[in-house]
Amino acid sequence: MTLPEYNFAYLDEQTKRMIRRAILKGIAIPGYQVPFASREMPMPYGWGTGGVQVTAAILGPDDVLKVIDQGADDTTNAVSIRAFFAKTANVATTTKTADATVIQTRHRIPEAPLSAGQVIVYQVPIPEPLRFLEPRETETRVMHGLEEYGLIHVKLYEDIAQHGHIATTYAYPVKVEDRYVMDPSPIPKFDNPKMNGSPALQLFGAGREKRIYALPPFTNVVSLDFEDHPFEVQKFKQPCALCNATGVYLDEVVTDDRGGRMYVCSDTDHCETRREEGHHGAGLPISGAQTAKEDAA
Amino acid sequence: MSVSSNEKRNALLSVRQVAKSFTMHLRDGVVLPVVNDVNFELFAGECVVLGGPSGVGKSSILRMVYGNYAIDSGEILIRQNPFGEPRDLGAGDPRLVLDLRRDCIGYVSQFLRAVPRVSALDIVAEPLVSRGVDRTVAAEKAAGLLRRLHLPEALFDLPPATFSGGEKQRVNIARGFITDHPILLLDEPTASLDAGNRDVVISMIREKLDAGTAILGIFHDQPVRDAVATRTIDVSAFSARRAA
Amino acid sequence: MSSPILSVSNLERRYGDFIGCTDISFDVWPGEVVAIVGESGSGKTTLLNCISGRLERSSGSIRYNMRDGRFPDLADLSEAERRFLMRTDWGFVHQNPADGLRMRVSAGANVGERLMAIGDRHYGEIRDTATEWLGRVEIAGDRIDDKPVAFSGGMRQRLQIARNLVTRPRLIFMDEPTGGLDVSVQARVLDLLRGLVSDLGLAVVIVTHDLAVARLLSQRMIVMKSGRIVETGLTDRVLDDPHHPYTQLLVASILES
Repeated sequence: MTLPEYNFAYLDEQTKRMIRRAILKGIAIPGYQVPFASREMPMPYGWGTGGVQVTAAILGPDDVLKVIDQGADDTTNAVSIRAFFAKTANVATTTKTADATVIQTRHRIPEAPLSAGQVIVYQVPIPEPLRFLEPRETETRVMHGLEEYGLIHVKLYEDIAQHGHIATTYAYPVKVEDRYVMDPSPIPKFDNPKMNGSPALQLFGAGREKRIYALPPFTNVVSLDFEDHPFEVQKFKQPCALCNATGVYLDEVVTDDRGGRMYVCSDTDHCETRREEGHHGAGLPISGAQTAKEDAA
Repeated sequence: MSVSSNEKRNALLSVRQVAKSFTMHLRDGVVLPVVNDVNFELFAGECVVLGGPSGVGKSSILRMVYGNYAIDSGEILIRQNPFGEPRDLGAGDPRLVLDLRRDCIGYVSQFLRAVPRVSALDIVAEPLVSRGVDRTVAAEKAAGLLRRLHLPEALFDLPPATFSGGEKQRVNIARGFITDHPILLLDEPTASLDAGNRDVVISMIREKLDAGTAILGIFHDQPVRDAVATRTIDVSAFSARRAA
Repeated sequence: MSSPILSVSNLERRYGDFIGCTDISFDVWPGEVVAIVGESGSGKTTLLNCISGRLERSSGSIRYNMRDGRFPDLADLSEAERRFLMRTDWGFVHQNPADGLRMRVSAGANVGERLMAIGDRHYGEIRDTATEWLGRVEIAGDRIDDKPVAFSGGMRQRLQIARNLVTRPRLIFMDEPTGGLDVSVQARVLDLLRGLVSDLGLAVVIVTHDLAVARLLSQRMIVMKSGRIVETGLTDRVLDDPHHPYTQLLVASILES
């Protein structure tokens, strides 16, 4: 075996220790944003440099890594990060949620329930849930410290005033263990309930903003709301056009230039797994006929 | 001072050895004496008129008794009733003065200090409201007084800023008479009134006296003075400017 | 009413060698309006900021009578308690409404913020309360979803007042509340303030250089010059019979109306 070009998982051991300390502190204080000395990574901000550093710090040689972007394993971002760790850490990768020990994600939580022993790493662009209304970092830190969270409801109030309902659909603020208000990263609010009481360890990394926070397994996570406008997740009128799944988060896919569209699982692994199990959606013709049709077109 | 008939009853107002001067700092500190050694008492049910020529200090005495002017020395003792403890308004404690104004001393000044946007009716009712009387009750009483003083009903809901001098004065009188303060100070209340309204004011003053109110007033209007005065104090006796 | 709501004693604020205000002692009683007057640079705003906990003092004591009966120095309260006071029991009306409002959220949310801060979680009730308070400051209910940037100066100032009063505070600090307004608008805001202050029994400390404002709103007056109190007393006594040379100068400078 030749000398690796990089230290295991790219970051040097000192840096990984520093990040692990931040992670441990975050686990000890669920929902609290721990500052850390975010490093330059060989990819631009916005590609998940925070998540990548967290993943690099927790990855071991025996881990199996899954990376998703908007639920898909095959988008540029996911493919690149997966390849990055395959190269720098030589770890096994997978697209199967159930097989992964570490899942790095951007904008989704997998549909398949996570289990104990799994770690999910969220890429976070803006970790501060109060920033929309209070731009001063000094002030928001004091507000977190003193549990002054009235402002977060001002945002929800504005939603209802303008749209008749809480129109925030992603990065929907949550309260952790009845203490810290936390930005769950830009996942759809559909995924918020999955964070509550999850047996998996949930870690959040914001590279540009240099913050790490965490939800240890079985943490109480409540989405904020009003008594007369309770939190509710998006509901979809139809099942997945490919795998016929209900109760999952669907993406709208435009199929032609004449207004044709279909709704399919955003979680590609979930969708594929169901199809392999024999589920068929309305948008998925019988395989033989489909081939013929495509050839004809 | 003779207190024969009032021997067992205490004066509601006792002014004792009061002196007042103005120091004009903008005029190199020149001191203008106003009054010296002012001594008099005012009992329930009497109307004492401050007399004397113009500029002798009559209005100043009223203002001292109301607390608008600070005194240099002496005491201004106020009782809420003839058997009450005297409190020294002359000492100038602002909170005491405010308490005494709320509970003991009413004042009808020469001019109405109009507040923008507040209706005549509310201005008249305000002293009652500030003493905790229900707004509707106070407004009814205010309307009654204004009607009695012949103020056109159309004006009740308007701010008095645009009223004529006589109309403003009637609002002012109604405001001063609406409460049942034991002491009432009147600074030329009838100055700009016609004969009809003047007579209304005279009867209102008499009703106050019958009810036991002690009135201290300045009336340049001879017929009014003759109609209401039970006693006259010549302020010239106290004037510090007699020589001038 | 047996004790003051705010008690200031020997307060001093220095900026290096420069004196912001010094040797300041006074009490404010429940339901009382105290005006602090003086010209620019007299230290009145420094004083206001110190007693409202917005500026650190150099020495002296500032005690506040809490709802629970305690009468602590503000410096002995925890930061959490102090900030809680500021958004419940106290109000602060800035000269420039933009300093006291959130300009990018609706009027309703501006008024509702304090309610949400103390734990109100019923949208409908918060909105009803906000509507009621907009009415009390004479802002039409159909403006509730408009942002303050769309409001005139007078409306903004009235909105700021409503935002402060919604939690029924006991003590309000005001810094030249009508200073930036046109004269016609000023009268409306002043009258509104006057009515609310007496209806709600508020204690108010108001800083103004306008003696007419002081006469209209306050019962007591503190005159400041060069960082010191030069005269105090009943407002109409100070204005009708000013004693200190500086007060006489101020009073003599009022235009007769």
